[in-house]
Amino acid sequence: MLVNQFLILAAVLFCIGVYGVIARRNAVMVLMSIELILNSVNINFLAFALRNGSIDGHVFALYIIAIAAAEVGVGLALVLLVYRNRKSIALDELSEMKG
Amino acid sequence: MFAEASTVAHEALSSGWFLEHAFLIPIIPAVAFALIIFFGKKLPMKGSELGVLSMIGSLVFAVGAALQWIHRVNGAGEGQFIDPVIRSWTWWNSGGFHFGIGQHIDGLSLTILVVVAFISSLVQIYSLEYLRGDRRYTHFFASLTLFSAGMLNMVVAENMIQLILGWEIMGLCSFMLIGHWWEEGANSRAALKAFFTTRTGDIGLLVGTSVLFFSANSWTQEHLGVSGFSIRGLSAWALTGNPGHAAITVGAVALFIACIGKSGQFPLHTWLPDAMAGPTPVSSLLHSSTMVVAGVFLVARLYPVFFKGMNILGSGVNLITVIGGITIVVAAALAFVQTDIKKVLAYSTVSQLGYMMMGLGAGAWMPAVFHIFTHAFFKACLFLAAGSISHSASHHSFEMKKDMGGLRKFMPITFTTWIISTLALCGVFPFAGFFSKDEIIDNVGHNGYTVFMVVGLVGAFMTAAYMTRATYLTFFGEPRGASAGESHDDHGDAHATHDTHDTHDAQAHHGPHESNLLITVPLMILATLALGAGLFNATPFGESWERMTKWVEPRSVVVADMAHASVGETRGVRTDDTVAPPMMMSSTPTATASGEETPVGGEALTTASESSAHAESVCGTSAPEMGTCYAPQLHHAPFKWPKAAMSVVIVLLGMLISWLISVQMYTKKAGFFVGLTSRNKLLALGYGFLVNKYYLDHLYEKVIVHGIAHPIAKAAYWVNQNILDGIINGVGLVTRRVAGWVYRNVDQRVVDGAVNGSGAVARGTGNALRPVQSGKVSQYGALLFAAAAVAGLVLIIVNT
Repeated sequence: MLVNQFLILAAVLFCIGVYGVIARRNAVMVLMSIELILNSVNINFLAFALRNGSIDGHVFALYIIAIAAAEVGVGLALVLLVYRNRKSIALDELSEMKG
Repeated sequence: MFAEASTVAHEALSSGWFLEHAFLIPIIPAVAFALIIFFGKKLPMKGSELGVLSMIGSLVFAVGAALQWIHRVNGAGEGQFIDPVIRSWTWWNSGGFHFGIGQHIDGLSLTILVVVAFISSLVQIYSLEYLRGDRRYTHFFASLTLFSAGMLNMVVAENMIQLILGWEIMGLCSFMLIGHWWEEGANSRAALKAFFTTRTGDIGLLVGTSVLFFSANSWTQEHLGVSGFSIRGLSAWALTGNPGHAAITVGAVALFIACIGKSGQFPLHTWLPDAMAGPTPVSSLLHSSTMVVAGVFLVARLYPVFFKGMNILGSGVNLITVIGGITIVVAAALAFVQTDIKKVLAYSTVSQLGYMMMGLGAGAWMPAVFHIFTHAFFKACLFLAAGSISHSASHHSFEMKKDMGGLRKFMPITFTTWIISTLALCGVFPFAGFFSKDEIIDNVGHNGYTVFMVVGLVGAFMTAAYMTRATYLTFFGEPRGASAGESHDDHGDAHATHDTHDTHDAQAHHGPHESNLLITVPLMILATLALGAGLFNATPFGESWERMTKWVEPRSVVVADMAHASVGETRGVRTDDTVAPPMMMSSTPTATASGEETPVGGEALTTASESSAHAESVCGTSAPEMGTCYAPQLHHAPFKWPKAAMSVVIVLLGMLISWLISVQMYTKKAGFFVGLTSRNKLLALGYGFLVNKYYLDHLYEKVIVHGIAHPIAKAAYWVNQNILDGIINGVGLVTRRVAGWVYRNVDQRVVDGAVNGSGAVARGTGNALRPVQSGKVSQYGALLFAAAAVAGLVLIIVNT
């Protein structure tokens, strides 16, 4: 069935995203991985919207895209500031918040 | 009634492969764009060859389609409606609405397609030399190609959604190309200004499209089987469906606001001159000959909607003519005080767009469309000539007063092409501009808009005058500044600061010289067309010369009803009316038009054809009782030599006066005109007014932006200080009293005991959990996902 393939694609994208978030040191790459995760969710929404013939999933996906744009904007601004302060965006060096 | 319903004898309308596949025309450059972006840098010519080839490919397709369309028109019967070649596919479905994508090919779209593809090809060839060695060479060609794809897509658009898509692609590319040299602050500011100003207008596009869709959709679905976005559906609805007055007026005005923004009409014209910050080929292609006519094209495309909504021909004045008329004069006046050659041309473009709008507003549809056609050639030529000057003579400067002068001796080809195009722009007799501009003025007067005819003549006078001034400053007199060999590397032009021009600068120091073939050949081709393009619709030489009128103007015939043509329902299948319009109209007119009507015999058919060819059509004045109208009935002014002679005399007078003043002002050291604006207070006032562009920029930035932002900020501050603070202070006071009591009685005794106990617990747990808070984001992420995975597992186990 077609929906299955969508879901598999979404799952694969999700896993790649999770891997990226956990394993990458570069903050920009982590942000990109988060985008991947969000988009895998989008694909799920669209797949189910197609299957159920409802418009809700489309609307949800559009909202997610808009919010993802805002999120990456804030994220990149943070990365930029971190870079200005430390000349590096390696995440594992950022452990001042250690408990 | 039935005779009107166009049941004339129909020869089958011919079609052809290019006509049926015209939707490929925008796809070619779109594909090329993707290829350039991904592989351009690895190619031997850095991707530019793909751009040039794709544009030539589009041109071939467009010309092929145009030839087949001409064949189609020539083969059609007199007074027969020439069906546009419409194909439509479902793009997406949402909430029960079909959003289509496809093509709507008729004379108008083919005219613009050919012009856009042709000018784009030449400009890309020109850019090969002009931008040689630029650091973003590949990106430049990618943007230019994407721009052409957007414009072509807008022109072939079958419905408003597709049209908006192309429209916005153009806006984006315009932004990218104006800001091509974004290292200069001024360039990126100009890019932003262009983007935001056109976006302001685009609100109107969205509002207008929605208003029209919701008013027209049920009618078009019922009668034509297409959605309310369809251009064909909207045209028919406006003329046939007795649209509500408010709906169509609001829709037309909203769409026209978008056209004001895109086509640089007053009062949103301020972005266009600033857009000259982009490279010259961009100015030539986007901001003079193609993109800015998008607004004019939209009005021409949906002409029935504007015709009804704005009450064109119904009253002596309407919004389109007023805006067009104001734009002509306002922009022409601004052109007089510019020292930058490209800004003169930019204001001249704004002014010419005003002519087109005014023509459309006054019912002169064909002359306005023809003016788009001729204007594209000579304006592109003028801009490319200006680029050629800055490239080879004035050391990348566009300042006429500082860095040009006397160039006719050094650049004979550029000079000749410039002069030809200037004469065409001014509308001197055998040149292209005469045939279109004079027709607009003539028809505007003929349709009863006398005031606007006078405005047009004044505009022609001013055009002649400021172009003569620019020509004099550039090509005559003594060389000044950079063209005299002076070098000043710190000149304000963005070009000079780029590392790319080191090789070229060596040449520039040798003084002005003619540009090479990649620049001059496009110039010569365009100049030839500036000279000859008028012959495509040479009204003065009689009806047989009015070829464009025959091929392009939609015939205002009442078409037999096609209620059951399943145009909108096809998915991936070509629509019915492209396959078999003749069959449908010739075999079943009586059945579809009215059941009780007896079949009409042969003689009746011929008389019907005679009458519908020459008599008045009801289209435009009232809705036909049967059948459908797609185009309003318009009239053409009969050509009269005395009128034409008068306008040519006005133009020549403008040139002469301007020439004399220019010689006085710019060459003589002393004289009446030298420093006149600093001596005479009134003139100084006017000069300042013009130099500051009527203070419109001040109005937008200082008054509107500040005027709206500041009061809101002040009001918010006042509310904050007086109301919110008062409430908060009051609440605070009460809270303090209550808190005091609570503190003494509850807190000290009951809570503290509990808190101390829980504090001890928390400290213990905190110590235990401390290693988890490593401060490393990735570890947190891993924990988060691990927890989510566990939760997911639990969920699955619980549910099964």
